[in-house]
Amino acid sequence: MKKRIGVLALQGDYLLHQQTLEKIKQNGILVRTKEELKSCDALIIPGGESTTIRKLALENGLFDAIKNFGKEKPLMGTCAGLILLAKEVSDSKAEETLALLDIAVKRTAYGRQIHSFVQVGKVNLQNGNPNFEMVFIRAPKIVNVGKTVERIGFCDDEVVVVRDRNLLGLSFHPELTADTRIHQYFVNQFLN
Amino acid sequence: MFIQEKDPNWKVKVGLAEMLKGGVIMDIINAEQAQIAQEAGACAVMALEKVPADIRKEGGVARMADPAVIEQIQKTVSIPVMAKCRIGHFAEAQVLEALEVDYIDESEVLTPADEKNHIDKTKFKVPFVCGCRNLGEALRRIGEGAALIRTKGEAGTGNIVEAVRHMRQIMGEMKKLTVLSEDELMQEAKNLGAPYELVVEVAKTGKLPVPNFAAGGIATPADASLMMQLGAEANFVGSGIFKSANPSKRAKAIVIATTHYQDAKLIAEVSKELGDPMPGLDIASIPEEHLLQIR
Repeated sequence: MKKRIGVLALQGDYLLHQQTLEKIKQNGILVRTKEELKSCDALIIPGGESTTIRKLALENGLFDAIKNFGKEKPLMGTCAGLILLAKEVSDSKAEETLALLDIAVKRTAYGRQIHSFVQVGKVNLQNGNPNFEMVFIRAPKIVNVGKTVERIGFCDDEVVVVRDRNLLGLSFHPELTADTRIHQYFVNQFLN
Repeated sequence: MFIQEKDPNWKVKVGLAEMLKGGVIMDIINAEQAQIAQEAGACAVMALEKVPADIRKEGGVARMADPAVIEQIQKTVSIPVMAKCRIGHFAEAQVLEALEVDYIDESEVLTPADEKNHIDKTKFKVPFVCGCRNLGEALRRIGEGAALIRTKGEAGTGNIVEAVRHMRQIMGEMKKLTVLSEDELMQEAKNLGAPYELVVEVAKTGKLPVPNFAAGGIATPADASLMMQLGAEANFVGSGIFKSANPSKRAKAIVIATTHYQDAKLIAEVSKELGDPMPGLDIASIPEEHLLQIR
């Protein structure tokens, strides 16, 4: 049976994740409540505003539901999603996160929108060409990585993709490009 | 798309607009209001000197906000900070870019600086949002480099009727394009007063090449839901929040209604006891020369 991949649809570019999943013939389900989360086999937390997504998730109990879900089930976070997954956010205005992935991130670490950029980096996707066009929008930086966490993607010297057990985190937006390989990797490596 | 070739930053400009989808961008005039907006769940704030309702009341020339205030706002919140400049006032836009605001709204709410020309937005690294009343206007603004489009509505009235008119107009005109045959598109581009390349693209996809948000008159959670159901991908709320009796509670309710716009039960729940909304204005009572949308 086709797996059901949830896309957290509280705020942000969730429709682009759903479209990317469609392109690789996967079933993307928009998730706005904990009931909708229950029927999913995996979840993607999209880009958007981490503060906003967090508040909306706390509002209807989805926050704790995702925290539990992420203990075992596959979870991918991009940009704001990465911030929410991180155990530690190293800035003065930091708020409580899901604290699932053993990394520390710094929000908007490259600077405001004027410093947003596109660059080709490298991701170890197990096979084929490692080059990947990476779109960074007011992006966070991964500033510390726990012992069990694997670094699998780099842009210049920065770590930009990490994985640990059932968790995959990226500081850029694969959903903003036509390249579907990271979503395919998530499905192949985490769902099967 | 031809804009992409003209503007090396196109992808990250539209990219940030994508990140704002499903959210509420709130007008604020100082750091304290910015904090309230962020607390309520705004996905961005829009800095301006006075909210549209006060601009309407007080008259005179409305300009971009004081840079010192913008800086205080940037220091206070972690969400993106946008700011408005006058239509055609590229020097104000340059100042806002120097301040590193995240988005510039070339806005009809402020007094226009140029009655004929809008800013060449491809010259900037910071992205622009512009208002429109119809598809021709939307595509002209995109042709000039706007990476995000919003309806104009009629700002500062608390009356949703104009935003609804503009959203329905744009959606209807796009639908029409999708059923025209290729040899009809040049004439239609002429009728719309829109760049031909963009008309061809909309005819193919049935949607704007950039995100399409609502603005101008949103005052209640149900207003926010209405605009989302009509096809808006996010909401700008101006005077509707800080001119109401309980800004914090109303802001939060509008955020929830924008996310869960299809859940009427929940919207009923969050709409309870919000206190007085901003006082509304009947559009028919406004003399035509005082309408902001015709700018």
